[in-house]
Amino acid sequence: MLEFPKWKVWLIGLVIAAGVLLSIPSLIAGTPYASAWPKWMPQYKVNLGLDLAGGSHLLLEADQQDALKQRLQAKEDEVATELRRDPRIDIGDISTAGGRLSFMVRNPTQVDAAVERLRRLSQPVQLTGNRDWDVQVVDSTRIVLTPSAVGTTQALKDAMGVARDVVRRRIDPGGTKEITVITEGGNRILVEVPGVEDPEELKKLIGQTARLEFKLVDMSADPQQVQQGRAPPGSQVLPMADGTGFIAVKRRVMVSGDQLTDASQSFDQDGRPDINIKFNTTGARRFGRATQENVNKPFAIILDDKVLSAPNINEPILGGNAQIAGSFTVQSAHDLAVSLASGKLPVKLNVIEERTVSAELGQDSIHKGAIASIVSVLCVIVFMLVTYGRFGVYADIALVVNAFLILGIMAMFNATLTLPGIAGFILTIGAAVDANVLINERIREEIRRGRRLLDAVETGYREAFRAIFDANVTHVISAGIMAYFGSGPVRGFAVVLLIGVLTSVFTAVYFTRMLVALWIRRERPRELHI
Amino acid sequence: MKLLKLVPDHTNIDFMRWRNLALILSLIATVTSLGFTAYRGLNLGIDFIGGQVVRVEFAEPVHIDELRARVDQLGVGEASIQALGNQQTYQVRLPKPQGPETASNAVVSKLRTAIPQAYPGARVDAGESVSGKVSEELAQNSAIAIALAMLGIAIYIWFRFEWQFGVGALLTLGHDIAMTLGFFAFTRLQVDLNVVAAFLTIVGYSLNDTVVIYDRIREDLRKYRKMAILPLLNLSLNETLARTVVTSLTVLIALGILMLIGPQVIFGLAIAIFLGVLIGTYSSIYISAPVLVWLGVQPDSFLKSDEKDEAEPQPA
Repeated sequence: MLEFPKWKVWLIGLVIAAGVLLSIPSLIAGTPYASAWPKWMPQYKVNLGLDLAGGSHLLLEADQQDALKQRLQAKEDEVATELRRDPRIDIGDISTAGGRLSFMVRNPTQVDAAVERLRRLSQPVQLTGNRDWDVQVVDSTRIVLTPSAVGTTQALKDAMGVARDVVRRRIDPGGTKEITVITEGGNRILVEVPGVEDPEELKKLIGQTARLEFKLVDMSADPQQVQQGRAPPGSQVLPMADGTGFIAVKRRVMVSGDQLTDASQSFDQDGRPDINIKFNTTGARRFGRATQENVNKPFAIILDDKVLSAPNINEPILGGNAQIAGSFTVQSAHDLAVSLASGKLPVKLNVIEERTVSAELGQDSIHKGAIASIVSVLCVIVFMLVTYGRFGVYADIALVVNAFLILGIMAMFNATLTLPGIAGFILTIGAAVDANVLINERIREEIRRGRRLLDAVETGYREAFRAIFDANVTHVISAGIMAYFGSGPVRGFAVVLLIGVLTSVFTAVYFTRMLVALWIRRERPRELHI
Repeated sequence: MKLLKLVPDHTNIDFMRWRNLALILSLIATVTSLGFTAYRGLNLGIDFIGGQVVRVEFAEPVHIDELRARVDQLGVGEASIQALGNQQTYQVRLPKPQGPETASNAVVSKLRTAIPQAYPGARVDAGESVSGKVSEELAQNSAIAIALAMLGIAIYIWFRFEWQFGVGALLTLGHDIAMTLGFFAFTRLQVDLNVVAAFLTIVGYSLNDTVVIYDRIREDLRKYRKMAILPLLNLSLNETLARTVVTSLTVLIALGILMLIGPQVIFGLAIAIFLGVLIGTYSSIYISAPVLVWLGVQPDSFLKSDEKDEAEPQPA
């Protein structure tokens, strides 16, 4: 018991010093002292959860049906483009019903050639040995493309990855904010943005699919039929974005927003807000050719299946720059520009969970939590002191050290402190002294049994440790399960409990043991007042 | 300085004398509690049934009826309005709307804009909206987590002690959780994710006492091979009584302070753990220990696993 080698004392001292140093930046954050902290010292800081810092938490879920629909549409475009190439294969009666793409090859002798070219289009799905689309011939002239299961799964996974990046770019175009955007469980995206108190802006920004397309207006359509929703073959009816009716456009996409490199809000000659877009090389070429071939015809600018405007092509637009007019406000034009520049969402995202806390409420929680923590610590300190005297002082020192260690470790791992985490902290304070209570009561007991001082202390520490260990394992099990299943704030609670359990064993057992050993060695007491 | 001794030296309470009465009472209490919970139901928060909550802080005191009338005018559904502490802070809760999952967000937005318009200076402090799908998952995950935690701990105790101790721990836990559930059903306090965290904590902490007492029982079983089981349990309980009282009191002090002056948002969590610790202290004495008698733990129970000679040497 008394043998406490110097190196052990130093080691324990070192751990404690590290804990204190690591926790200081978190403690002085937001106070005037923060700037006084030397730059060469550790700068790790505890992360504040949204419930303390204020901000918005959104859980988005991908609309899988929409994703599949978009994928099918993209395939349709791809197939049409491929078969239009030389040697051209004419197709008709295109249908996307039932989640499959099917069409007729007009010249029966070209069926085999078409199948051959389409098979080449399909991609092998990594390592599965399957391709992403199955190409079959039905009734000798009809070709059916069915998405394969593995292909669909992979496509959804890819789409989620893209969607996550798009969402991040939309919320934080500059890439400078401390936001969290992660995919969860295959078809969800978790978004956490500190400081944003009204999630509406956020949702508007994220929610825009921003699928931009340029299509020719079908002038041959009968206006009356169009208003009733009927379009000639090869065309479709789309609503105007400002609600002024419907318009028929050719199904074929001239150029799509995928080919954009940049978009920004600007003003037209009359000072109305519009959007300046810039195509990449391919987009510029396609746009140039399409406008060249269709001078004096109107084309429709379509965003998310709504027609923004249908201006006339007065002259070929060759430079790859264009302006999109519409009834925009400066804000809506800006938002749309951000969405366009960040790329289109490959899948529609729905908000399925939303939590917002204002900075004021968060600050209030921190304030009340801090006061409650301090009062709890003080009360427990006094209680230990009157119950165990000198040994109570040791337990109290251990308690304070423990508080620093918890904070220090959390800072080191950049862990997130949440409001329930503060409760976990207070709970740990109450429970951390349990180890000392166990030890001290055992020592009392052994002294009652007539053991000598040194023997009693030693037996106390040894016998109590078993119970301390078992009791702490039960905490670790429940806190571990909580950390695994819990979300956000609850996980924060579990993390504090877990760290607290580990540090409390160190402070309450090893550290107090050192204090006791040093005292006995120094003073050689003959009696124990406990 | 005279030190405080809450439990005097040489305390010898015949706990086991009341064990049958205590067990019957505990059983009745547990069944009543569960029955009441099943009959009355829990006041589940939006975390578990979906819906929306908006927390508003007004610049001046507002009467609840007036606020209710205003919210009703918005036509966003049957609102349940609750004052948080004073007349300036209210929580407005709305059911999840019919229709698509996305519809719920529109409602919160409506409140967000309408309330500050009607009451200048009012501030929407927090808004939450949970869809039916998410709430179902949260409820399911919470139930699984609590069950897993109980089972995991019982298995651990079975490994560290004997199977009887594992069963005893599980029964103790069941009792504590049932009683706490009954409390929430009775008081209509809202059960949210934080309260589930509290339940998991109770699973860990209520067993704290049980483990300490079991550890002592095991030690005494090895030490006093000739002693009958009832006096031995009494001895172990008395030996650990001082520790049980001091520790429980410490945790209760810390939690009581959190409950009284801590942030209102985690009141449910604090009171649940507070209660759990209180109940856990009782059950560690009157359920964990007597169950061992029922399950036939004898002084030689530990000799099967340990070699006789290897039993830890204990100075007389």
